[in-house]
Amino acid sequence: MKKDEIPQDPGALGKIAKELSYVVDENGNYTTGHSTGWEIKMKALDVAWEDVEKRIAHAKQKVLQGEASPLLYYMERKLMDIEIVAGYTGFWKWQVKRHLKPHVFMKLPDRKLEKYAKVFEITREQLMQIS
Amino acid sequence: MQSEFKHIQAAHCENGVTTSLLRHIGVHQMTEPLAFGIGSGLFYIYIPFFKVNNGPAISFRTMPGMIFKRTCNSLNIPVFRQKFSSPQKAKLALDNRLQAGQPAACQVGVYYLTYFPKEYRFHFNAHNLIVVGKEGDNYIISDPIMETLVTMNSYELERVRFARGPLAPRGQLYFPKEIQPVSDALMKQAIVTGIKRNIRDMLHIPGNIAGIRGIRYTAKKIKGWKDKLGPEKSKSYLAQLVRMQEEIGTGGGGFRFIYAAFLQQAQAYHPIDELMAVSKQFTNTGDLWRDAAVQASGIYKGRLTSQSDYNIMGDYLLKIADLEKKAFNDLALVIKKMK
Repeated sequence: MKKDEIPQDPGALGKIAKELSYVVDENGNYTTGHSTGWEIKMKALDVAWEDVEKRIAHAKQKVLQGEASPLLYYMERKLMDIEIVAGYTGFWKWQVKRHLKPHVFMKLPDRKLEKYAKVFEITREQLMQIS
Repeated sequence: MQSEFKHIQAAHCENGVTTSLLRHIGVHQMTEPLAFGIGSGLFYIYIPFFKVNNGPAISFRTMPGMIFKRTCNSLNIPVFRQKFSSPQKAKLALDNRLQAGQPAACQVGVYYLTYFPKEYRFHFNAHNLIVVGKEGDNYIISDPIMETLVTMNSYELERVRFARGPLAPRGQLYFPKEIQPVSDALMKQAIVTGIKRNIRDMLHIPGNIAGIRGIRYTAKKIKGWKDKLGPEKSKSYLAQLVRMQEEIGTGGGGFRFIYAAFLQQAQAYHPIDELMAVSKQFTNTGDLWRDAAVQASGIYKGRLTSQSDYNIMGDYLLKIADLEKKAFNDLALVIKKMK
């Protein structure tokens, strides 16, 4: 990539910092230049976020239909999977998996629900239902 | 209390941390491309049966932590690295280091990284930054992605140092231990070691998922994605490929431009003309990775939808694989001339 070819599209990172890129100058020597962002890459990031939105919507539907506990919805909202939830709560993965069942989740003791509420940064009341 | 620390912006966080810390202890020769090359940073791997953010696990660079480790090893610089069981101990160790007027690098997760734009905050735990000082409850941070220094309070820093999930940093703290003058002779030797190791990683790892063969393997996979995964999932997978290719500031070249810059800088230590020619080959493959990203974007934007568009995408990777194989083979010949 040549220095004058560095993309200068409006990007998310461009708001806080311009990215350093390695480019060649007119004599073929490497130098650095700054980029505000690249549209190709921004769109890739958009796709990733659209996927997140889809997963959240899907989770919401499953919770409303009684197929999953609210844990699934809040987990997706925090972009977490079972492994990450286990990491932050201190539960085993198999426990988290079990807590995804509505009838198990609803009977959890307060102390366990508090752990989830804390990780998802919501109150225990909010945790029990989805809005 | 802030030591005189010169913030350096880099295209990639671990390169940047390595460069800044080594320059800080007096290795004035160090630059981002040299750190990347000596640390044999260029890589490719597609790990099957394993998902990252619900997409394919692809990396264009070597494993986190290796660039710093290898570069210091090659230069005979001893390294301090510790993980912590408790946040209190982790904080104490960092504070002691800062009290002594010395910076330290931390591995952190980006999900709770306060100064990052929200769009970039996924659960990715292998980001690196340097803590250079402390004022009251605020830590002064040199993050190689940023143009200037930033700050985080102790709670915010603890949160990212103890991010959970895959590659959890567990408070990891690291820095080069002693001030060691690095001679140009040692630099020359380190460059040779770094190049040899990179040739091995790209050409000679057994199996078909790593190095050049990994690129070919991905090409084959991509051609089958449309039928196997359906159009929606294929789009997400291709977007993920491009995101991994980019990380931040590699110019879309999947780290190839940094490697090309490394070979040019290596020429100052090993005056061999062919190095410039091989550097040019890597610039070419970097440009091709960019072209491939444009093709991929056509698909994930929904403009390109047919199987032949996926085939074209796969063929880009096959072409890149051929060119990178040639580049590394040529580099293997150049290395024989280095003393």
